[in-house]
Amino acid sequence: MTTEAVAAAQLDTEMQEAPAVIAWRDVIRIGLIGGAVALYLCLVGIIPVFHERQLIAGVITLGQAVLFGSLAIPGAVAARKTTSLRDALLAGGAAGLITGLVLTLLVVLGSVIDLRAMFLNASPELYSVLTFGMGVAGAWIPAVEGLLLGAGAAAVGKLPDRIRSPLVRGIIAVVVVGLFAGLLRAPLLSAGLVDLARLLFTSDGLTVIGAILVFAVVVIGRIARQRIGVAARIAALEDEQRAQLRIPALVGLIAIIVILPLLLGPFFAQVIALVALYILMAFGLNITLGLAGLLDLGFVAFFAVGAYTVGLFTSTAEYGLLDWPFWAALPFAMLFAAIFGAILGLPILSIRGDYLAIATLGFGEIIAILAGSNLLLPLLGGPRGIVNIPKPLDFPSTSFLSGPGQIYYIALVFAAIVAFIAWRLRNGRIGRAWIAIREDEDVAEASGVNLIQTKLLAYILGAAFAGLGGAVFASLVGSIFPSSIDLFVSINVAAIVIVGGMGSIPGVALGALFLIGIPELFREFSEFRFLFYGVALIGMMLYRPEGIWPSGIARRELHVEDESQVILAGDTTPVTRGTMS
Amino acid sequence: MSILVARKVTKRFGGLVAVNDLDFDVDQGAIVSVIGPNGAGKTTFFNCIAGFYDITSGEIEFDGQLIHKLRRDQIAHLGVSRTYQNIRLFANMTAIENILVGQHHHLQSTWIGTVLGLKSVKADENRAHDEARRLLRFVGLRGKGDMLASKLPYGDQRRLEIGRALANKPRLLLLDEPTAGMNPAETAQLTEFIRNLRDELGITVLLIEHEMRVVMGISERITVLDYGEKIAEGTPAEIQANPRVIEAYLGRGGAADLGIATA
Repeated sequence: MTTEAVAAAQLDTEMQEAPAVIAWRDVIRIGLIGGAVALYLCLVGIIPVFHERQLIAGVITLGQAVLFGSLAIPGAVAARKTTSLRDALLAGGAAGLITGLVLTLLVVLGSVIDLRAMFLNASPELYSVLTFGMGVAGAWIPAVEGLLLGAGAAAVGKLPDRIRSPLVRGIIAVVVVGLFAGLLRAPLLSAGLVDLARLLFTSDGLTVIGAILVFAVVVIGRIARQRIGVAARIAALEDEQRAQLRIPALVGLIAIIVILPLLLGPFFAQVIALVALYILMAFGLNITLGLAGLLDLGFVAFFAVGAYTVGLFTSTAEYGLLDWPFWAALPFAMLFAAIFGAILGLPILSIRGDYLAIATLGFGEIIAILAGSNLLLPLLGGPRGIVNIPKPLDFPSTSFLSGPGQIYYIALVFAAIVAFIAWRLRNGRIGRAWIAIREDEDVAEASGVNLIQTKLLAYILGAAFAGLGGAVFASLVGSIFPSSIDLFVSINVAAIVIVGGMGSIPGVALGALFLIGIPELFREFSEFRFLFYGVALIGMMLYRPEGIWPSGIARRELHVEDESQVILAGDTTPVTRGTMS
Repeated sequence: MSILVARKVTKRFGGLVAVNDLDFDVDQGAIVSVIGPNGAGKTTFFNCIAGFYDITSGEIEFDGQLIHKLRRDQIAHLGVSRTYQNIRLFANMTAIENILVGQHHHLQSTWIGTVLGLKSVKADENRAHDEARRLLRFVGLRGKGDMLASKLPYGDQRRLEIGRALANKPRLLLLDEPTAGMNPAETAQLTEFIRNLRDELGITVLLIEHEMRVVMGISERITVLDYGEKIAEGTPAEIQANPRVIEAYLGRGGAADLGIATA
């Protein structure tokens, strides 16, 4: 931050003294950073692996798009501080050139010595992507690309907003639609619009026509939006009118959520069932972490208790005890998880903050080891786990409701219930006490809040909902093994709550979509999954630490109408406000 | 009759004796100030009363009941509220929510009742909100209830902290440097406000304050601490004339230069 402030201050003085100077040191630095990033993308294998996937069929692959992006972005960044178009082109071109030169150097170096001894991905395929198949004879290509793309990006940055905004949005839209081509094609196919699907999409990307159409629609839509001024109109509406608009929007959203698995087909139904399950679990942890601020990384322990309870009570196979239906076992799954939560929570809840995270971290591991141990082998089946766990509802196996579709709906209904409970509690005495504890637990206690009782309630509720999640998981998969009790379940759920926005229901739902749904869609790039996960988390913490959709401020005082009348009077009467405000 | 009695209270941090063998009592309905140079142990003593620190030895009695072994929330339940030297509001809650937290133990609703939305819970909440709005008006924050506490101006934050303390319906209010950072006009207004708390609500006020105009203006009794020990006690006039006090504040010799400097 401070370096930026210093840079800004420098810029101010520069602007006053010598306006048309390019800060070449910055340009070189940006170019080199860009080069390092591009080199990294190449050597970890992102570029060659992404090259296998088409973005626009026959025109550009995803790998090339990433490469071009890594060359253009330094140009745009370097040109940000320039004032004239000439300077922008110079600075942007230079930064892009430096970035490109780093890759040129890589190609030349790679032709002399075999880098694969050290970097597995420095393969002929990588050089082929970088040089359009020309090998070392085309080593100049990345540098020239960098020059052109850097200058181009710089020029785009200097366009008036009216033109730049539709252009940039159009490009982003093409990339996004291309990325999600498979997801978007499925509903078209299942809706019988086969010709339209073929026109727009290939099996893993956009067609040329599709790309042009998407670009055109977004650009025209954006321009139309600017002309009509939709945003300004919505802003100009009265609160009541806006509330009226909100209801159809909400109904539409719910309708889409309901028919989603029908549209998307079996593979994506599995993905969204998993997303729904994580939404359910994240809503549960949202009470513990988002409201009460207890960083609980032992979530998976209670998840395991719920899953094994359902397994033992319902399984028709070897270790099943009771052969009950899912719905009879479910309350016990939650109850046992809650009891575990109370037993584990009581001794450790006086620990604060990070230490609590460390203390709870062990719980998941303990339960996983116990579940897989010889000690409990006769009861839980050890590594073989418990299989043949029935689905909650019995549908003929031909129905899409026999599989993940059913779990999707059940998980969403439970998620809605948990969200409702959290919302009710948040606006009551207990929720306020939780948030007060999150904000400052010493002061909360001195204000009359019993810390142990209040924290324990949050912890037990979180544990019960974790048990619920585990129960639903067991019936989604149809089995439960010790290997499913993975620390990453805890970490995923905690990351969803933090990235989504602590305490915010829509934020947490979005967080689950981003952190669970999107990685599932890019299974083919699964080796980079945690790399992007890490980048996303760091980016969030740097630029939006409050989460994607932070919880809003509830309006309470002004609900009372006559009260708002009094305020106006109060503002003009110095007696009530005096000189203090 | 004394509402608060401290007997031979000592608080040690390792080798440092922050409060040493302190005897202290506050009459019901009084306004009492604790003054002393920086590091004299005033805030430490407050923290001992409110249960933030376990005292090393001695005992503290509130309204006939020993409180020095109770938890902070239990002490709050008995009717002791406090504010903090460095404002400690719940920053990401609105002003009215801060006050509602202060009412916590006066509300009856259970979590299950809240989830089910019982009528009794709704009535309870409505009463709480009415009371909170009344308190907002009382501390002069009418119309600011929906602002985040962290977004309020400094003076308003001080007043909100007092409002939150009052929400607990205290019989003893501990104010730790309530006028710190305020201009003279604000200070004068707050002084009047504190006097009203006692006169209208009958709340006993114990005050740590550096601003001598406030201390001398509203205190009935003043206790002076230095190095954790009580060096003087009495009415404002007695304290102003006490040579040990002047010495503690100004050092030996300084007193002679300034005469009644503390006034």
